[in-house]
Formats: sequence, C-alpha cells, structure tokens
Amino acid sequence: MNKLITIEEARELFRDGMTIMSGGFMGVGTSEKLVSAVLASEAKDITLISSDTSLEETGVGPLISNNQVKKVIASHIGTNPITGKKMIAGEIDVELVPQGTLAERIRAGGSGLGGVLTPTGVGTMVEEGKATLEIDGKEYLLEKPLHADIAILKAYKADKAGNLVFRQSARNFNPIMALAADLVVVEVEELVEVGELDPDTVVTPGVLVDNILV
Amino acid sequence: MSEIMKSAKETIAERVAKEMRNGDLVNLGIGLPTLVPNYLPDGVDVILQSENGFVGLGPVKDEVSKDLVNAGGQPTGIRPSGAFFDSLLSFSLIRGGHVDVTVLGGLEVDQNGNLANWIIPGKMVPGMGGAMDLVTGAKKVIVAMEHCSKKGAPKILKECKLPLTGKGVVDLIVTELAIFRVTIDGLVLEELQEGVELETVMEKTEASFTIDSNLKTEQLN
Repeated sequence: MNKLITIEEARELFRDGMTIMSGGFMGVGTSEKLVSAVLASEAKDITLISSDTSLEETGVGPLISNNQVKKVIASHIGTNPITGKKMIAGEIDVELVPQGTLAERIRAGGSGLGGVLTPTGVGTMVEEGKATLEIDGKEYLLEKPLHADIAILKAYKADKAGNLVFRQSARNFNPIMALAADLVVVEVEELVEVGELDPDTVVTPGVLVDNILV
Repeated sequence: MSEIMKSAKETIAERVAKEMRNGDLVNLGIGLPTLVPNYLPDGVDVILQSENGFVGLGPVKDEVSKDLVNAGGQPTGIRPSGAFFDSLLSFSLIRGGHVDVTVLGGLEVDQNGNLANWIIPGKMVPGMGGAMDLVTGAKKVIVAMEHCSKKGAPKILKECKLPLTGKGVVDLIVTELAIFRVTIDGLVLEELQEGVELETVMEKTEASFTIDSNLKTEQLN
C-alpha cells in the first residue's frame, strides 16, 4: 500500500469543523509542512489539540494567527500572545488542560478507554464540572478521552510502511497522537525502504500511520 | 561573588541546592529554580528531568540541535547517561512519584501548603503546562520565591487568593529571608537566612507560623 502523499494531496485532507491534533512542544516536533497544508486548505472552525500554541511564527502558531481555529485544547498558551488576545476577545475558546492530563486523555482516546482517573487538578479550577472518585482514600478526577479527525505528526525517519523513529525531544506528543485520530499523517525528514529500520528501534508502528509526507 | 553582593535569587537558589541528595531525579521550573544546579554542594549530583521528554538535561555540547530543547523551549543538551521518551512516560515519571524533588516559583503560598503560580485571572493566563502534575506527583515540592511581591506585599498568606495550582502540595518554602516547612500542624519557621532578623520575617509574612525549637541561623543574633 502506498502511503506517500504530496503536499498538494495533504491540503485536500482538511475540512471545516475538523478536530486536528498536532504533535510538538513549542514547535519542536511539529510538522511545519502539514501546518502549511492546513493554512493552504483554508479550513475553518478547527478544534486544535496540542501541547501548546508555540510562538506566533512557529509550530501551530500560524494556525491561530490565520483565524482557522475556533477552539484550542492545550496545556500552555502563554508563549503565543495571539492566542491570549483572541481568547480575551471571545474569538477562540481555550480549554487549558494540565500537560500530563492532556497526554493521558489522548492516550485514553487512542486506547479504547473511557477516561482516566488522575489526582492532578484536585482542589483547583481544573476540577470544575468533573466527576470525582475516591479510591483507597485518595481523590481523583475523571478526565475524558480526546480523539481527533486528523493527527498531523512529525518524525525523524520512516520506512515506506510508516514505521516511525523520532529524534531527541521532538518525540513528545507524536507517538501518543498516532493512536488517537481517524487519519494519521506524518511528515518525515528521511524516508527509507522497508527493512532498513530495525524493528527493535521503531517507536510508532506503521500500522498506525496512514499517510507519509517527505 | 562576595556575600554582600549576592542577590535574593542567588540566596534562595543556594539554599534550595542544600535540599538535594546525590542521585535525586529533579525537575526545575523556569526562572529562579534553574539557578539551583549552580550551587549543588560538593559530592552531590542530581539528574534533571525536562518534562518535554528526557532525563539528563545538561549544557549544550558541541552544536545546537533543533530537536533538543528544554521545557522553556530553549536549546539545551543531554548528558551521556540521559534518555529520551514521549510525553506520556515523562508525566508518568512525574505523577507516579518517580521525581524526587521539584522546585517551582510561586505567586502565593499559604499556611496549608496550597500553591498558586499559574494564573492571574484577567491579567496573565498562560496555562498550567506541567506545573499541576509536578506539584501533585513529585515526592518533595519546594517553592523557591522572593518573600514579597515587587510591590512589597506578602506572598506567604493565610489563604491563597489566586486560583490554585495544587491543594496542600507544598513541602518547603525557601525565600531570601527564611525557610518554612509545611506540616500537618501548619507552617513552621525552620531557618532564618543569614543576617535576617525574626522581626523582619514576622512583619513580611501574613501566614500564621510556629517557630522551630532548633531554629537555625547562619549567624548568631
């Protein structure tokens, strides 16, 4: 099965109202090419799930500036002043989620779980509107799963079967998001033939990857 | 640097460093906490975690890598003993009690060990990032902050007014004036920083506290 797509084909993947997950932390491990494909698609009313909204000009930042996002689910927006401005102006709905909870909610969404129980956020604003459960004398919040229509990911290397290898701190949310979207598209820096990656070093199995953009 | 020239931040970082044990896995918040490794006592080496996905945080070696940044997004290095992983494992280390010590800044701390450091409603809404997980999961939570705000208002309060980062999570408060331990019986003043009078601390602390019977000062009063 040919998983390779062109940047033009990537542009056709995005539609108004989609939920998009993007890997990366402060833009490191975010696919700039796939972000540019979302920009070129002019898809509107996107729900964006990402660790943060990076800086204005890096990572997923340009999607915020380009008025394509109606809702952001992230752990941090402070480094991109545009997100804060749009939030205050009522143009973007922001759901702030503790970073570890965000990772677990995405994992739950990709692992067939109905949610996770975490002590993080108990007794804070994060608790508001959530079910709590006491287990063995300790209080936990029920955090619900997150799932997306598309995950846009970045890896260092892939083989043509979509097996992925990451590099340094660019791994972050990418492998988790590969489980939690209907369509998984990954930009890779280097594409190799099947058989050239040692299966022992593969972090994300190719069975999770639908499309590869070099 | 002479003792007289030492800034409040350096005084705080130096004292926090004494809380570290050799081999501790440590997560440092941005700002003041990042000064702590400069003051580790001889024979004490710690492993630093960067919550974006590795342990073994260290200085940049040879050349900068675009894929290697710290939790503030700045270029950094990794020690030869380090390891990379994804955000799930990173926060399992944090929430699962594998991180021995976290050092964070604070906007407000109160006598019940509540911490507020992530939001000033209407003014500053950056998000909590990993802070809520850190204060919930780390074995020891140290708040390293200046004793009063820039306007001179006490930051150690009877009750936090700002939205909390964590409830009852703080173990130790280190300021340029004093060191408080949070116990089930409330706040205990354990130490005065060098040259600081007890009266000064009482004046600049809103919270109620008791004084440890072994109160230590570097200097005889």
